[in-house]
Amino acid sequence: MTALPQASEAAHTPAARRPILEAAGVSKRFVKRLDLAGKLAQRLGSAIREETVHAVDGVNLTVGAGEVVGLVGESGCGKSTFGRMVAGILPPTEGTLAFDGKPVWRDGRVGAKETALAIQMIFQDPFASLDPRMRVEQIIGEAPRVHGMVARGDVAGYVAETMLRVGLDPDFRRRYPHQFSGGQRQRIGIARALAVKPRFLVCDEAIAALDVSIQAQVINLFMDLRQDLDLTYLFISHDLSVVEHIADRVVIMYLGRVVEIAATEAIFEAPNHPYTQALLSEVPRIDLRKRRYHPVKGEIPSPLDPPPGCHFHPRCPHATERCRRERPALREIAPGRWSACHLND
Amino acid sequence: MTLPTLEVVDLKTHFFTREGVVKAVDGVSFQVGAGEVLGLVGESGSGKSITGFSILGLVDQPGRIVGGEILFQGRDLVPLPERERRKLRGSKIAMIFQDPMMTLNPVLRIDTQMTEAVMAHRDVSKARALEIARAALVKVGIPAPDERLASYPHQFSGGMRQRVAIAIAFLNEPALIIADEPTTALDVTIQGQILHEAQTLCRETGTAMIWITHDLAVVAGLADHLCVMYAGRIVEQGPIDAVLDRPAHPYTLGLIGSVPGRNRRGRRLFQIPGMTPSLLNLAPGCAFRNRCPRADAACLEEPPVTAFSHGRRLRCVHPHDAPLEEVLP
Repeated sequence: MTALPQASEAAHTPAARRPILEAAGVSKRFVKRLDLAGKLAQRLGSAIREETVHAVDGVNLTVGAGEVVGLVGESGCGKSTFGRMVAGILPPTEGTLAFDGKPVWRDGRVGAKETALAIQMIFQDPFASLDPRMRVEQIIGEAPRVHGMVARGDVAGYVAETMLRVGLDPDFRRRYPHQFSGGQRQRIGIARALAVKPRFLVCDEAIAALDVSIQAQVINLFMDLRQDLDLTYLFISHDLSVVEHIADRVVIMYLGRVVEIAATEAIFEAPNHPYTQALLSEVPRIDLRKRRYHPVKGEIPSPLDPPPGCHFHPRCPHATERCRRERPALREIAPGRWSACHLND
Repeated sequence: MTLPTLEVVDLKTHFFTREGVVKAVDGVSFQVGAGEVLGLVGESGSGKSITGFSILGLVDQPGRIVGGEILFQGRDLVPLPERERRKLRGSKIAMIFQDPMMTLNPVLRIDTQMTEAVMAHRDVSKARALEIARAALVKVGIPAPDERLASYPHQFSGGMRQRVAIAIAFLNEPALIIADEPTTALDVTIQGQILHEAQTLCRETGTAMIWITHDLAVVAGLADHLCVMYAGRIVEQGPIDAVLDRPAHPYTLGLIGSVPGRNRRGRRLFQIPGMTPSLLNLAPGCAFRNRCPRADAACLEEPPVTAFSHGRRLRCVHPHDAPLEEVLP
């Protein structure tokens, strides 16, 4: 593995905002261990090896308080894995994550309770992320009660208040998740996250499973909540138009690495990295009719065996010999604008 | 005027369930000509997929086509016996599904599956069938086709599988292809590749295509005509520019307003209140009236299909008639 680019001193965030989340050199590797048969075969000279997936590879990122950061990439780029590490679900293999100056992870365990509660996650599939055997009031009320945030007697009122906030009728609190539509279920998931008074929400493809008209309702809800509750978002999505709408800054990932970070307007106006350019030119837009598609060639390589140098070089129209050998560092090319591409030299 | 490749007239496909009749498709009419792409857009449960299945004769019990005509090259498919329909499927009419594994058999090699599809409809030798299969793979841009022919579906990536499914659809030079959300499960760059292949193939071969999707942005770049479905009916149809730039039906307007990213960054999205109604025992009248800002007593009656400006047909008694920018709040 090439050396990590220098952890970049909090500089990805506009100076105006106080940094709330700081990730430095965060990596996650998944290793598929050999079973007994595999080990035997290896002893006998077979080429079987342990397989390692570099899901996230040295990510440095700073999120300012009150900011919405969109994390964009295609399947297998590590965006969800990164989100899970931020949310305290998956321990990082390397690197540090700090929330408000306090570590999210301590020796492979979740750090302080306050930190863990302050970061909540909204999941993609509203059908899989709610316990089908719990009533809505239990789903929303359990965590604040267990953590002593509300007294037992006040739970009902607190649940009703939280439901109202996300646009659910509190009369439905005795119902089960299957009695709700997809959009309403996603609101239940949001209410569950909000119930522990978080300051930071990780939304992992939170609207991808919803119908278009319902998507708009949930996006509007996220924007309202941001204002009312002063929330910070890490908004993970493959849908660039949604990210363009909601995010202040955009982070583009490709095969486990960040390739570009910039303010939303800047990135959509003039993408710097060839991958960002390819991604943006592929986004279908309602105002582009009868267009000719000029797709990027090739497929996303397997993260089991990523190409050397710049991960994007096999698909990049501008790739040079250097791209095949040397990993480009994520460097600031203009104020607040970061890109990992040798072409900028 | 030449005959359209497909003309659907007042198609009705209903499902007779224990709880009541679900009118999944209720009086749908449209046509698509050779080399044209028709976009069929709607949300879940709008009946867009069932329309596609009805054309192919793939509607299962308890569903049944209860009315209307499906005129394929002038011949009505509805009364055809299953044996005749089977001859058409895979040869003259082909389908591409959202999940390519619905098309591909996981335990057979690609060459077996492709030659089988050729030989089922054409009287050719195995060697010739293999040649046709190979040519089809080349056409959809699969590198190393000989190697790929000898592979199994699990050895392909999702995008590659969908390419193979498209190659199979084009194998017998069909006159009509029905594509049901074929790019929904794919990544953006792979989606671009698939759209590119489909577009090129249609132009080259003169195949008519029905592209079923929930994503307005995808059809915007692809289709010539657009049908917007809601609760089993086409509420607005017409040339793509007219429908997207001057949406007349309040539902079409709402859908377009819900799509983020039209230089309205950070502003509230237009949202349609409520949700799609259950199709079970749907009350008469306009199905959209409970969510519609323009609804009044007139909407309690079934809105008739009327001709509207810019070559459109519409099911609404209170249409908008202005460019999008003027009516969108």
